[in-house]
Amino acid sequence: MVRLGRWVSDHVVAGVGLLVLIYLFVPMFVVIAMSFNDPASRAAYTLDGFTVRNWTNPCEPEGLCSSLVTSLQVGILATVGATVLGTLMAFALVRHRFRGRGTANVVIFLPMASPEVVLGASLLALFVSTAGGGVLGFGTILIAHIMFCLSFVVVTVRARLQGMDTSLEQAAMDLYATESQAFWKVTFPLVFPGILSAALLAFALSFDDFIVTNFNSGQTVTFPMYVWGVAQRDIPMQINVIGTAMFLVAVLLVVVSEVLRVRRERVR
Amino acid sequence: MSGPAASTATSTETSTATPRKRRSIGWLLLLPGALWLAAFFVTPLVQLVATSLYDPNGSVEAGYAMTWSWGNYTEALDFYSEPFIRGFVYAGIATVLCLLIGYPLAYAIVFKAGRWKNLMLVLVIAPFFTSFLVRTLAWKLILADNGFVVSTFKTLGLVDDDGRLLATGFAVVAGLTYNFLPFMVLPLYASLERLDHRLIEAAGDLYASPAQGFRKVTLPLSMPGVVAGTLLTFIPSAGDFINSQLLGDTNQTMIGNSIQTLFEAGSYPAASALSVTLMALIIVMVAIYIRRAGTEELL
Repeated sequence: MVRLGRWVSDHVVAGVGLLVLIYLFVPMFVVIAMSFNDPASRAAYTLDGFTVRNWTNPCEPEGLCSSLVTSLQVGILATVGATVLGTLMAFALVRHRFRGRGTANVVIFLPMASPEVVLGASLLALFVSTAGGGVLGFGTILIAHIMFCLSFVVVTVRARLQGMDTSLEQAAMDLYATESQAFWKVTFPLVFPGILSAALLAFALSFDDFIVTNFNSGQTVTFPMYVWGVAQRDIPMQINVIGTAMFLVAVLLVVVSEVLRVRRERVR
Repeated sequence: MSGPAASTATSTETSTATPRKRRSIGWLLLLPGALWLAAFFVTPLVQLVATSLYDPNGSVEAGYAMTWSWGNYTEALDFYSEPFIRGFVYAGIATVLCLLIGYPLAYAIVFKAGRWKNLMLVLVIAPFFTSFLVRTLAWKLILADNGFVVSTFKTLGLVDDDGRLLATGFAVVAGLTYNFLPFMVLPLYASLERLDHRLIEAAGDLYASPAQGFRKVTLPLSMPGVVAGTLLTFIPSAGDFINSQLLGDTNQTMIGNSIQTLFEAGSYPAASALSVTLMALIIVMVAIYIRRAGTEELL
């Protein structure tokens, strides 16, 4: 009985895990297949013939590439803004004692615990009541994105800082490094991986956001909003090209960083 | 999480020569971000509550008068109790499904993957770099009336001959489960990874069967991950309207759809009343849940 139980836990769990992983990839396969699809009619979203035309003319559908550019601009600016503000906050929360830390922690946690509909709706209520509907656009999207990315940056950098050994900095100070030298030569390089993964997370969140953006975009169209728009009418296959390309870029980034990490460890 | 925080606290205190100066630096570092959150998270919430009490007869163009119309709430709940309940039920089912299929995956990554661990972890996250909406549209294709899933289900007798999967609760829950699964797997992975494997071995040495060892040792120790994962899955699903809009029809309207539609129609007071109710319900549920699970240190 015990032996049977052990066999079950050894093999079945691994098998189920693998099945779940495949399940996660099923839509991905469809997206890749559809990027080579030659649809019989524009109205039907079905798999018909094979073509590379979607890949050679990614910008053919009107508005697709300009929406992509808007998303990249918002994503980059929001990432920079949220990463700078969030990193400063994480340092304050881990390295400094002051009154109101508990409150600050709760206020940072709350945006992550709020449904996106509420975040978007409340910002819309604020913008419209203070400045009227005319202000909605690139600026309001950016404000919203920095807001909801901020908490995720704080949490990610804070985790890195909390797990860090402060004795290295103290050693630097003991060896007559000034406070700023100790920070830039010891602390910052150690925290940097945390800041980098926080920035990547912020970019991914911003780039993919639809719900909050939809409330505060006015006439500005981001890539997810473009997809939402065409989803109600006829869907150009090129959105699958963009989807596949983004997937490939992300996988490439991860592979490169993993290779670099392994190489660095070998050098040590 | 509290352990490392406490240790850094003591070491920081011993290394600070001028606590007063340190305190002001802490405030200065916190200030820009705190102001941003105050201006664009806290203030909007206050404005949302205010809007929910405005005179419903106003309009965006003409402006609203503050009339403390508590009637907005009773009216909104009267009209939208059905999508409200449906939203919570769908989110609840999706969360349970995510836990049931996410736990084996996280467990397999930590205990069975060996040197493939990092690769598997990357694979969990990888599909999510493709746009949320593009992937949901892919599900629409997979579950389409002439697709192979529907025909398989028909052969197995799970669906009537003229039945369909799209525009059913099944499709919406499937979409929610798929879209929020990584939010379940990642916290579970983190808590299982932190777990001291010697404890499980010790259970085995003390003649616990693998099942007993799992139930009495592994599962209780992974509770922080379960709590974090269920919250990160339930909260966004409860307010989601994309899955219901793309994979369902008007019979699968969730509360997120109602809020979105009301805002688009310009009925700000009613939409705000619904949003405030949703937020309040979620906060109450989260507070009770965290207290019950005994993982306050999660925050």
